[in-house]
Amino acid sequence: MQRIFGLIKDRVGALLADGTVDRVIGWEKGEFLYDHTPAIFNAEDDLVDLVYDGFCASNLSKYLIDESKKDGKILALLKPCDTYNFNQLIKEHRINRDNVYVLGIECRGMLDIDKIRALGIKGIEKVEEQGDELYIQTIYGDKTCKRNEVLLEKCINCKGKEHVAYDELVTSGEDIPQVESNRFEDVEKLEAMTSDERFAFWRGELSKCIRCNACRNVCPICSCVECVFDNKDSVVASKANTDEFEENLFHIIRAFHVAGRCTDCGECSRVCPQGIPLHLLNRKIIKDINEFYGEYQAGQDTNSLGPLTDFTKEDVEPSIITEKGGEK
Amino acid sequence: MYKISTDHLTELFSSISHDRALYMPIEKNGQVQFDRWMEDKKVRLDALNTVKSPKDLFFPQSENIVAFKIKGKNISIIENRDESEPFVVFGVRACDAASFDILDMVFLQDPVDTYYKARRDNGIVVTLACSEPEETCFCSVFGIDATNPSGDIATWIVDDMLYWESLTEKGERFTETIKDLFESADFLDEEALKSHKEDVEKIIEKLPLHDLSLDGFNSEAMDEKFNSPKWEELSEACIGCGTCTFICPTCQCYDIRDYDTGQGIQRFRCWDSCMYSDFTRMAHGNPRTSQVERFRQRFMHKLIYFPTNNDGVYSCVGCGRCVAKCPVSMNIVKVIKAMGVDENV
Ligand code: SF4
Ligand code: SF4
Ligand code: SF4
Ligand code: SF4
Ligand code: SF4
Repeated sequence: MQRIFGLIKDRVGALLADGTVDRVIGWEKGEFLYDHTPAIFNAEDDLVDLVYDGFCASNLSKYLIDESKKDGKILALLKPCDTYNFNQLIKEHRINRDNVYVLGIECRGMLDIDKIRALGIKGIEKVEEQGDELYIQTIYGDKTCKRNEVLLEKCINCKGKEHVAYDELVTSGEDIPQVESNRFEDVEKLEAMTSDERFAFWRGELSKCIRCNACRNVCPICSCVECVFDNKDSVVASKANTDEFEENLFHIIRAFHVAGRCTDCGECSRVCPQGIPLHLLNRKIIKDINEFYGEYQAGQDTNSLGPLTDFTKEDVEPSIITEKGGEK
Repeated sequence: MYKISTDHLTELFSSISHDRALYMPIEKNGQVQFDRWMEDKKVRLDALNTVKSPKDLFFPQSENIVAFKIKGKNISIIENRDESEPFVVFGVRACDAASFDILDMVFLQDPVDTYYKARRDNGIVVTLACSEPEETCFCSVFGIDATNPSGDIATWIVDDMLYWESLTEKGERFTETIKDLFESADFLDEEALKSHKEDVEKIIEKLPLHDLSLDGFNSEAMDEKFNSPKWEELSEACIGCGTCTFICPTCQCYDIRDYDTGQGIQRFRCWDSCMYSDFTRMAHGNPRTSQVERFRQRFMHKLIYFPTNNDGVYSCVGCGRCVAKCPVSMNIVKVIKAMGVDENV
């Protein structure tokens, strides 16, 4: 991680210096070395605070909606998965492509601080990555753990290490471990349940929701100028889940609004303070779309028609869809 | 002071919950929340901060205020506030206990908020001292002693013993009703507790945020802080989600809404967030039109406006929830460091 960071920093500095770009969006070092914040850097001197390591999970593509409307060109540091959202936003005409310079950066998978805590590691002051090993300095002494034990959910199910959009790539030439996984495994488990069991599963999860909107606001696909839940004339506007119905509906509506557009970037699940596995809702819809309309990955390109906005004679009949949603 | 072996806590809890509701940190689906105790629930007294703070028990996220029934040209007003029952909340940490004092300053001031007051009167707060603080904790910065929490009753767990001490008359009266379950703590216990506290104090002194300085956050600095160019940069990553305000034990803003039930109106209130675009929206529009202004409001309120109006008391208790949970890791500590005196850097 150290090596790639050095390469990125050099390249960013050079592109700022030669005037190719005017600003840079990246991550700024945090208090504890695991709490980096997305930040904009305006000059080469500011780059002292730039950081890139296992705690740069936040997907910067959504910020480009606003940033690309400003004067000048902004360099965006995008990991492979982030570029899918970038493409999807280009497709939806939300980003002004001319004002962005995408520097695609290599990624070894991002780390989940909550998983580190779940290992019983408390009082974390510093985390150092050395290959596959993490050295963790805590108030209660030094600890270690394996990198792949504490990967974020989204990184366990990484879409691959290829960038689908970039102006330039920065790679270290090192071997990046590829992850083998089936992201639909948990969806299949849910599908195998009876509808009562499934309902109980989701009630257990969604009853934790405090309606803080982190999932919605972080989502690069939830980019409506005014969300239906904020629009006082929409009848469903609300700031609290006042009952179970609202608890469920907020998420079901959101999942449907991003259906066919969700790139499965995993940000919603990552930021949920209550650890609700929101990705399972999205993946169920992605899985169904794949089965009904053929394999589709949102954000793969910038011009194809989406499965739900396109029509072909091969599309399944509505009756099949009702069947799939019903009792197993 | 009394004591009870931690092996007998279930008896204590079931005896308390006999005639009133008992809330405490309980794990459900992997997260710890203040929830109603029942024998089959998974109690987590080791968990430091619940995601939602216990303020929910006094100032719930949403509650009914009043209803209106409309029949022809008649509107009848129906008082249907949610009933408040006697309850005990056990396992409140020092920071959260201090947050109740801050909420009291808001809701018990004239005009008294009767919804809040009813719950305050009905609730008995039993606190639990911390023994393993997290790196995100900075309660000491606000003069809160995690080893001596306030509340009606304070408790400490040392090895396999729980010590119990009433701090208020209310706590005293309640302790009387269950004192058969306890043994009296003797001189040796007092000594054990004292040395335990000293150990924890040493940890607190070593916490990375222990030396955070609040110098410069006072009413004299209001204009200077308000007009600081730093807000722009600090707020640029904020996604305006409101997570920080919903998990914060001292955030106190609410919205009052009418819900059309088809036959009438249910008026309810729910937590609001200064991070939201419709916060402070009035008939003429919204005075805060950008996220910079909304973001600034949250921190100006906690660090400048609130102390200005409340004898210097900050409306942050250093619980560290926002430090741990902000999706973009922007939080009050970073704001204090960026806006405050140089010694923080
Ligand atoms: S999903 Fe893949 S590309 Fe995206 S952060 Fe995780 S490992 Fe990196
Ligand atoms: S982030 Fe989690 S708690 Fe917040 S609204 Fe979304 S699901 Fe609910
Ligand atoms: S719904 Fe979740 S996974 Fe899908 S694009 Fe939005 S944040 Fe990413
Ligand atoms: S500071 Fe963080 S938690 Fe608060 S509204 Fe902004 S992004 Fe959300
Ligand atoms: S501002 Fe943050 S640290 Fe302070 S009381 Fe609120 S949640 Fe806790």
